[in-house]
Amino acid sequence: MTTNFTVNGRAASTDAPPVTPLLWVIREELKLTGTKFGCGTGLCGACMVHIDGKRAFSCQIQVSEMAGKSVTTIEGLSADSSHPLQKAWLAEQVPQCGYCQSGQIMSAADLLKQNPKPTRAQIVAHMSTNICRCGTYQRIVRAVERATREA
Amino acid sequence: MTTNVTTTSNNTSVSRRQVMIGAAGLSFAFVLGAPLARAATLATERTGKALSPWVSIAPDGSITIMSAATEMGQGSMTSLPLILAEDLDADWSKVQVVAAPPIDAIYGNPGFGGMMYTAGSNAVRSYYLSLRTFGAQVRRVLLDNAANKLGVAVDELTTEPSVVVHAKSGRRLSYGEIAAFAQVPDKPPEIKPEQLKNPSQFRLIGKDVMRVDVPGKVNGTARYAIDVQVPGMLYGAVLRAPVEGAAPDKTDESKAAAVAGVVKMIRMPYGVGIVAETPWAAFQAREALSHSTTWTKSGKAWGFDSEKGLEDFAAAARDPSAEATEWSKSGDPRDALTRAASTFDAEYRCDYAYHAQMEPLNAVAAVSPAGDSAEIWCGTQSQTTAQEASAKALGIAREKVKLNYLLMGGGFGRRGPRDADFVVDAVLLAKEAGRPVKVMWTREDDVHNGRFRPLSAHYLRAGFDGSGKLAVYHHRLVGDRVTPSFDPVRYESRGRKDFILMAGADFGSYDVPHQLVEQLYRDTGVRTAPLRGISWTANKFAVETFVDEIAVKRGIDPVAYRLELIKDPRARRVTETVARMADWGKKRDGRGMGFAFLNYSDSLVAGAAEVSLERSTGKVTLHNFWCALDCGIAVQPDNVTAQTESSIVYGLGLALMERISIKDGAVEQSNFYDYLVPRISDVPLMHIEVISTDNPPTGAGQMATPLVTPAIGNAIAQLTGTRLRHAPFTPERVKKALA
Repeated sequence: MTTNFTVNGRAASTDAPPVTPLLWVIREELKLTGTKFGCGTGLCGACMVHIDGKRAFSCQIQVSEMAGKSVTTIEGLSADSSHPLQKAWLAEQVPQCGYCQSGQIMSAADLLKQNPKPTRAQIVAHMSTNICRCGTYQRIVRAVERATREA
Repeated sequence: MTTNVTTTSNNTSVSRRQVMIGAAGLSFAFVLGAPLARAATLATERTGKALSPWVSIAPDGSITIMSAATEMGQGSMTSLPLILAEDLDADWSKVQVVAAPPIDAIYGNPGFGGMMYTAGSNAVRSYYLSLRTFGAQVRRVLLDNAANKLGVAVDELTTEPSVVVHAKSGRRLSYGEIAAFAQVPDKPPEIKPEQLKNPSQFRLIGKDVMRVDVPGKVNGTARYAIDVQVPGMLYGAVLRAPVEGAAPDKTDESKAAAVAGVVKMIRMPYGVGIVAETPWAAFQAREALSHSTTWTKSGKAWGFDSEKGLEDFAAAARDPSAEATEWSKSGDPRDALTRAASTFDAEYRCDYAYHAQMEPLNAVAAVSPAGDSAEIWCGTQSQTTAQEASAKALGIAREKVKLNYLLMGGGFGRRGPRDADFVVDAVLLAKEAGRPVKVMWTREDDVHNGRFRPLSAHYLRAGFDGSGKLAVYHHRLVGDRVTPSFDPVRYESRGRKDFILMAGADFGSYDVPHQLVEQLYRDTGVRTAPLRGISWTANKFAVETFVDEIAVKRGIDPVAYRLELIKDPRARRVTETVARMADWGKKRDGRGMGFAFLNYSDSLVAGAAEVSLERSTGKVTLHNFWCALDCGIAVQPDNVTAQTESSIVYGLGLALMERISIKDGAVEQSNFYDYLVPRISDVPLMHIEVISTDNPPTGAGQMATPLVTPAIGNAIAQLTGTRLRHAPFTPERVKKALA
């Protein structure tokens, strides 16, 4: 059975079994490897994407739920790293190993869509879905604050 | 199956002198197509003329510099080439960084006996002088060629970034122009240390640049091993034995075989492997097998229970008749203890802890049909061991394994052990499958088959003279062995010393005449490895809590007491700096303040923690952490700050929440629901001062991690009068201690 959906504004389809997590379709079939596998249980946020404009753990969404939906991955956030969060992430030199950062940025982008001027406490509460094992958290807060100022 | 597997022609037996310079043709283009197999750098391969094994310069002025260290977020892929670029006097904007091929004789880490290994926060420290010298040698070759071309004496020439200048005539030659006609001598010019730049002339060292790996980390283009795909590739998963040394006994494969997409199941010495058309099929089959596989009882750890084991460790630590070996000794500690006017003793414990690097272990391998050569893609802290372990698994020569190493989604010590278990998985499955295989561990595999910071118990005694002065320090350490487990080769070559368990158990910068550290060797069979902060996390928890207890007992301020014991001016300076930053001594309502200091492999670091406590639950909150670090010349100061922030957060996890427990030899935890790591809401405000001095650079990647547990524990003691003696300080333990 083929499932049709949209990824980063382009039509996409998969014949993967309906229970397959979206994550593996994105990474291995569509070859958009910016979205990462971290825990497979929706606890770390490395797999965070947007579905119909809202953040979602792609390891927890099955292909069967995807028909007609629209997915944005880190590769689709901007064409040239020009999203205010991407610029702020560079300005604050946030990434260390970098593995979680696609998910961090996608989570933060979801926050700014809902709330363009979040407080520090709101940033912390929202970003608690995402683990960064390198502990770049202080810079993540600074980068989100910078993006809200410079957006 | 159409994949062609070829091998590297790198000859590892050539001497350093032979290949030092003029070794053109060291390029290592990838077999399977550049876009797929690109290494973890901005450049795919060196371009231009090879002026040394480390540097190539193209006519357009672009400079390729080899990176010998692997990149796991610590920044060495930027710092090391930048150090070389300094004495080359290169224009940094023209530099491309390329992963050095695995040739130990040229690119080996002087800090690890010449093997290629990135660990211990020693890349910058160990490569510093040689990289500066290599840069200066190439600069000298460029100057000699320019002098010849311009018909002037070489001492009339100077350099500006990437340009040779003849000031007298106003003539200038760019490095790219010179490279086009340069004659490269057979032997590199001799450069003495005094001919290197003076720190006051530095243009790059000490000035922050954009890390070369960072731009790709905000747009999804950074490539990790887990992102690699090669034509014809299958996906692999391995159900591994719960105890090292056990083998699969009975397996009912029927449910796993029924999963659509499963190609083959393969019995391995240590588990059952699955290869499948998709990762999800491989994981589903692995899950099915986990319910239908039994294991032989071979392997040492069966029956081991860490809770009971730690009780046994602690009992032995405090029992003077339990046999111990001397780790280090100064003065005459045994005699001094019997003569002491008074003594003080205390006990501390640490649990196993897990690395939890964000990228689960994985690798891709392709093996030739005859099984006589292979190509691998992985994220490794050691090119040497990844290549050696793969070759050993196939029974072929190391040179027959072509290694592509990529960015790592965290390392923290997990990607360095000698067995390279996750790489060997891919090699064995690819051989059996007859096609390339990408093996991925699930998070559960990564936890269950981790290699942990060891379990340890510490019994410390102090002896005082008649005037109350500290005269004797004695530390008996009972810990699960590490070095023999994670690197038997280095254990043997370094005189069978378990340095990964024992380092930092000494009294460090504290000046006490009689000191004795003893080890009580234990081997539970549980897998261990260095983990960020290495043995300092446990050993300095013991030492720094002990010093604090003595200060409190004697009624002296803990910072003042440390300064009484410390003579080294650099150590005093970091201590005084943190006291000033934290406004040490200021009363804070409902908050406790705790201090810790350490000399970590010659990097001096001190920290202060401000905490509060919810007594009803035992929950500790860290509000502020102040830290000062002197690591000599700070090559990239902002990155040193970033690494220190990172070290503190990692230390916070070990202090408050991270705990692996073992029941009947197997790990009890599975994923981030029962192995908790710090989240953004756990993190304090961090205030960091990097004290850059003209001393040679020492480590910066993990120095603050060991400060956090003792600093928090000391703060809780200040707040409540209760000592926390068992890390991590989980809410249940804190509540129990306060009861």
